Amino acid sequence: MAFDLDERLGDGRVGFFTDTSICIGCKACEVACKEWNQVPDDGMEFTGMSYDNTVGLGADTWRHVAFVEQRRPLGHQEPGVGEMDFRWLMASDVCKHCTHAACLDVCPTGSLFRTEFGTVVVQEDICNGCGYCVPACPFGVIGKRENGPKKSGAGESGGTAAKCTMCYDRLGAGEEPACAKTCPTDSIQFGNLDELRERAERRLEQVRAAGTTSARLYGHDPGDGVGGTGAFFLLLDEPEVYGLPPDPVVTTRDLPSMWRHVGVAAVALLAGFAATAWRGRTR
Amino acid sequence: MSQAVDQTPSQTDVRMDGAAGLRGEREATPGSAGRRRERLMVPKADFDSYYGRPVLNEPTWEAPDIGGYLFLGGLAGASSTLAAAAELTGRPRLARVSKVGALCAIGGSFYCLIHDLGRPERFLNMLRVFKVTSPMSVGTWVLTAFGPAAGCAAATEVSGLYPGLGRAATLAAGAIGPAVATYTAALICDTAVPAWHEGYREMPFLFAGSAVASAGGLGLLAAPLSEAAPARRAAVLGAAVECAAAARMERRLGALAEPLKRNRLLRLGEALSVAGAVAGLTLGRRSRIAAVAAGAALLAGSACTRFGIFKAGMESANDPKYTVQPQRRRLAKRGAERDLG
Repeated sequence: MAFDLDERLGDGRVGFFTDTSICIGCKACEVACKEWNQVPDDGMEFTGMSYDNTVGLGADTWRHVAFVEQRRPLGHQEPGVGEMDFRWLMASDVCKHCTHAACLDVCPTGSLFRTEFGTVVVQEDICNGCGYCVPACPFGVIGKRENGPKKSGAGESGGTAAKCTMCYDRLGAGEEPACAKTCPTDSIQFGNLDELRERAERRLEQVRAAGTTSARLYGHDPGDGVGGTGAFFLLLDEPEVYGLPPDPVVTTRDLPSMWRHVGVAAVALLAGFAATAWRGRTR
Repeated sequence: MSQAVDQTPSQTDVRMDGAAGLRGEREATPGSAGRRRERLMVPKADFDSYYGRPVLNEPTWEAPDIGGYLFLGGLAGASSTLAAAAELTGRPRLARVSKVGALCAIGGSFYCLIHDLGRPERFLNMLRVFKVTSPMSVGTWVLTAFGPAAGCAAATEVSGLYPGLGRAATLAAGAIGPAVATYTAALICDTAVPAWHEGYREMPFLFAGSAVASAGGLGLLAAPLSEAAPARRAAVLGAAVECAAAARMERRLGALAEPLKRNRLLRLGEALSVAGAVAGLTLGRRSRIAAVAAGAALLAGSACTRFGIFKAGMESANDPKYTVQPQRRRLAKRGAERDLG
């Protein structure tokens, strides 16, 4: 059950291919995103989680670089730290712009919509901050901004939901999104989604041939629980290592069945009261 | 762990003061500081996560608002249906308390819902669209139809004006009531929150039972003994359905039921509902005081159940294991089926 006609998504659909095997963890994408989209600060905290103090995606974090340290070899690479195996996994996470987007399906105001580029965007002047999209997202991407006065910099968008727009304003002007533009290693690649998928398959073969057999694509398959994502990844370990769900499913897939169960329960409630009221009416 | 320590001979021996070989606490071996008070070795988790961070973003809904709404909405919907049934079966005083109760509960519901919005002044934006994919959109329209009907039913009842209109409004509110009381199950189940989503088969029945029990509780609390018979029976029926649905949900969810099973509010809610229902049916037949106490217990029980469900869901969203493990199992099952076929 989907609100927008996803099958119309096709030729014009654009996306991100984030090749984490060449991410160097510079966080230029995080900075470029904040700058271009004027995203308010998301807290200045020292987490102790490797070099990651951004923690995760949310209303005020639209790109997030994960840092994973593992005592394992990376392909045939020599880590240069004695006899110890060591590898860094760095990955720039972002809104997946799902084919079947739960946030868009559950939005009760129509604030979230599908753009002509196949991306999913919040209209902040429509959103009333009900927060339904937040628990609906199977990836933990979208968040709700705190109300105006409490949060400096949120301004007019205080109290509303916010997430990556894939730089909707730049796309309209024929520019690529700020994160992809700034990425110094082309770990973040922007383009036509079908082209990106082909390119990702070739890259996967190349990386595996180079000895990194743990490499896999994530979100590229249109047959998965969210119909494939507009932003997909080449990962070097299981998705959950990066904080991604291994088998995400759009929650509205089960909604028809939910409505049926609700309907039966409602009729049962009515019948129950009728039975209790009419039975022993003489008493 | 020890293997990792053995494999790190590369830590530098060079010191600013030139005293090589002084490695201080770096040479400390685990356990050398005497007996440990706790188990040092945490059993290895059978799933990976990113520093134990949740996969999902925590729902921004506030417990007093949305937990409170789940209770009040159920009470309002079920009370309206009870009011209509009481009116049709000639129990005017039970009908009266149920109508007034429904109006108060639906008023509280609207307050909670609007108060929880990030931009309350934009509440009416909900009425821009109707989306069957959004239980909140459907619910808003249901409430928009229900609110005026319940208000009109209560106002005409109390004032005694326009009895014909009042009867029509009572029946309308009574007909929409079941939808008001049960749609909230779809509202919370239609999320990625594991304990809510996976419980979607039982949740509508759990909520319906809890709503019926609370409406019965209100009838016991406020209506005279001579008219409270349907309320007493409804309380028993509601509490039984609620407990049966909860038990089935917990059994079906397996490991995912942990947050539900260890939730004290849920246990307390069940105990209060059952105690209230039984007390209402026995002592509550004869003693007004016992009926009031039983009614209060039923209302408190229903509220505890709703807050318990709310809290258990939040807990399941905040622990990555409840997101990752069921998905892993699903993938493994699919893989095995593919291998077989």
